Amino acid sequence: MIVADQKPIKDIKEMLRGKKKVLAVGCGTCVTVCFAGGKREVGVLSSALRMATKLDDEPVQIDETVVQRQCEKEFIEHLGEQLDEYDAILSLGCGVGVQTLADLYPNTRVLPALNTKFMGGPSEQGVWVELCQGCGNCMLEYTGGICPISQCAKQLMNGPCGGTGKDGRCEVDPDTPCAWFNIWERMDQLGIQDELMQIQPAKDWSSSRDGGRRRIVRKDLQKPELDEDI
Amino acid sequence: MDNIATYEPQIIAFCCLHCAYAAADLAGTSRIAYPPSIKIVSLSCTGRTDMGHILKTLEDGADGVLVVGCLEGGCHFQTGNLYARQRVEHVAGLLDQIGLESERVRMVNVSAGQGARFAELANVFAKTIKALGPTGLKMKPAAREIPLPSPAEDELTLLLADQKPAGKGAI
Amino acid sequence: MNDGTLKSGSHLENILAAGQFVVTGEIGPPKSHDAGVIREKCALLNGCVDAANITDNQTGIVRMSSIAAGILIQQEGLEPVIQMTCRDRNRLAMQSDILGAAAHGIKNILCLSGDHQSFGNHPGAKNVHDLDSMQLIRMLQEMRDKDQFQCGEEIKGGGPPLFIGAAANPFADPMDLRPLRLKKKAIAGADFIQTQLIYDMDRFREYMKKAVELGVTESMSILAGVGPLKGAGMARYMNNNVPGMSVPDHIIERMEAAVKGISSDDKKTRMETSRAEGIRICIEQIEEIKEIEGVAGVHIMAIEWEAAVRPFVEGAGLYPRPEGDG
Repeated sequence: MIVADQKPIKDIKEMLRGKKKVLAVGCGTCVTVCFAGGKREVGVLSSALRMATKLDDEPVQIDETVVQRQCEKEFIEHLGEQLDEYDAILSLGCGVGVQTLADLYPNTRVLPALNTKFMGGPSEQGVWVELCQGCGNCMLEYTGGICPISQCAKQLMNGPCGGTGKDGRCEVDPDTPCAWFNIWERMDQLGIQDELMQIQPAKDWSSSRDGGRRRIVRKDLQKPELDEDI
Repeated sequence: MDNIATYEPQIIAFCCLHCAYAAADLAGTSRIAYPPSIKIVSLSCTGRTDMGHILKTLEDGADGVLVVGCLEGGCHFQTGNLYARQRVEHVAGLLDQIGLESERVRMVNVSAGQGARFAELANVFAKTIKALGPTGLKMKPAAREIPLPSPAEDELTLLLADQKPAGKGAI
Repeated sequence: MNDGTLKSGSHLENILAAGQFVVTGEIGPPKSHDAGVIREKCALLNGCVDAANITDNQTGIVRMSSIAAGILIQQEGLEPVIQMTCRDRNRLAMQSDILGAAAHGIKNILCLSGDHQSFGNHPGAKNVHDLDSMQLIRMLQEMRDKDQFQCGEEIKGGGPPLFIGAAANPFADPMDLRPLRLKKKAIAGADFIQTQLIYDMDRFREYMKKAVELGVTESMSILAGVGPLKGAGMARYMNNNVPGMSVPDHIIERMEAAVKGISSDDKKTRMETSRAEGIRICIEQIEEIKEIEGVAGVHIMAIEWEAAVRPFVEGAGLYPRPEGDG
């Protein structure tokens, strides 16, 4: 899922300066399961901000709501009726949610309470790790299901580099495993380690962020238009 | 406007039924006094404590929140009190960012038979909260420069002629 | 190398082709645009080594560019081995820089992944890694041998004459795959290898045995990394903190024993004694390395101590260096 965490309270307080009434909007999907922007987190953050702004003598009224998914317009359309009374929306959704809200309500300031970090999943309770970078051209078949683009700090495709520490640690951080150490082990486990002697050629990065903003069009799913002449 | 010096801190104590509430009860029946301003909210386990509960409690005017659970290793639900401790610590960190003193939220542990211990912890916590003064969220402090009574002095209740004693109605 | 045709005609390549034991050195460029620093370091190495590497923003710290410094030492009569990391350039900049270097007559190039920028003085920089070191080796080999750019387009007038090098760290985990990775670099097109600093001779002997078994030395010249230790502290630090660096206990003990009896206040004597022992150990190591099958030479890394290079090139009986036609 998309994993995010909250900005520090002092930064959010700064964003709300000068606002009198704000609507905090949570999201019931990715940020709920990574405990950054679900109903509970909206409650805790709103309470904290109400107290903090009151102590500063610039109290901000913060109302709370949650939607199923902020990234889809059908789930945020109902908010429109109430927005006149608010100076801003404080979105606890990921960057996609913030932008979708801003796009649907261009006359209301939409502020991000979260820092969207990565696509990943929980490795253990309370810990989330990055697993996918959305390069647009999946090469997991060559690396035994371990992604070198997201898990190797240098995005090597013919790794490891010379910096692998003891017991397979990445030189950048002793808490991070060396992706290529793990890839060689996994391929060995699968009995196909010799495949790694093949040189992975230079990657075509145009399918990733480098090629520009990406979109996917599915003609089979788009809304068909009735030809009025028939 | 009430003066800080005469305020009585409002404290909510989230107590687990299995140990903490029993200890509080025992303190009561043993006639070991603890401040009447401490109001007890019982839970089946402190693991049920939500961070949102603690914050809303402070927002609504409590000056301090005490979470009282079983002794570590003796939780009726195994690790409920351990989760509670993690959350209380997290809230203490949030209070820092909010602009409140992190000492306003504490977790302590007692067993069901420790009535005297419960009263001791409650009394000390109440003294700490009194010394910190009101949060300023419901009651506006007259001025933060007024020196607050030290823990030893609050017994005197500072009988000043034109001051109304702070009671339940003040919050 | 085996058929007599030289790939680049560089001095380094010539010496290796003649079957002589090669000595390369290293120059760390300054954090400034002061050409004088380069010339000073060059003067210390000139005549003692067959070629000198110029590092490329090593440890992610910004320094004068390897190619620019390489041109300067070339003017002083010392052949450069320029280094290029994959961290700071995409494939366009790499090819462009190579064409520029070749236009100045530079032939030797060492391909590296590059230390992560978090180690350096610009930790917030974006890293590139458009290509990894394996892909860079392959790209250079095809520029040279197929006269084509990475995109397949023809290089007018032919590709640059390059002598392509790569780095190897024999002792980093997982150790048993390092010889395989060496083989992969040979397949990609590397002509020579410079290893990380070696202090553990036994393990290095095992590594070279495997490398020879895999046939790596048939197409690649391996230069063993050596360097004098300045003190026991440095030895311990490297053993514990540098990935893949293994400094055996008996060497650390020798370094400690060397300064035993010298008062800790007499810093000057301690330092001189320590360093002399470091150089002595290094000379002994070069002697051992010369005997290992498959090793074509040594790469001396005297970190910020270029003045030490001559004493032990002499001490190891490797002075004077052969004249070349390259």
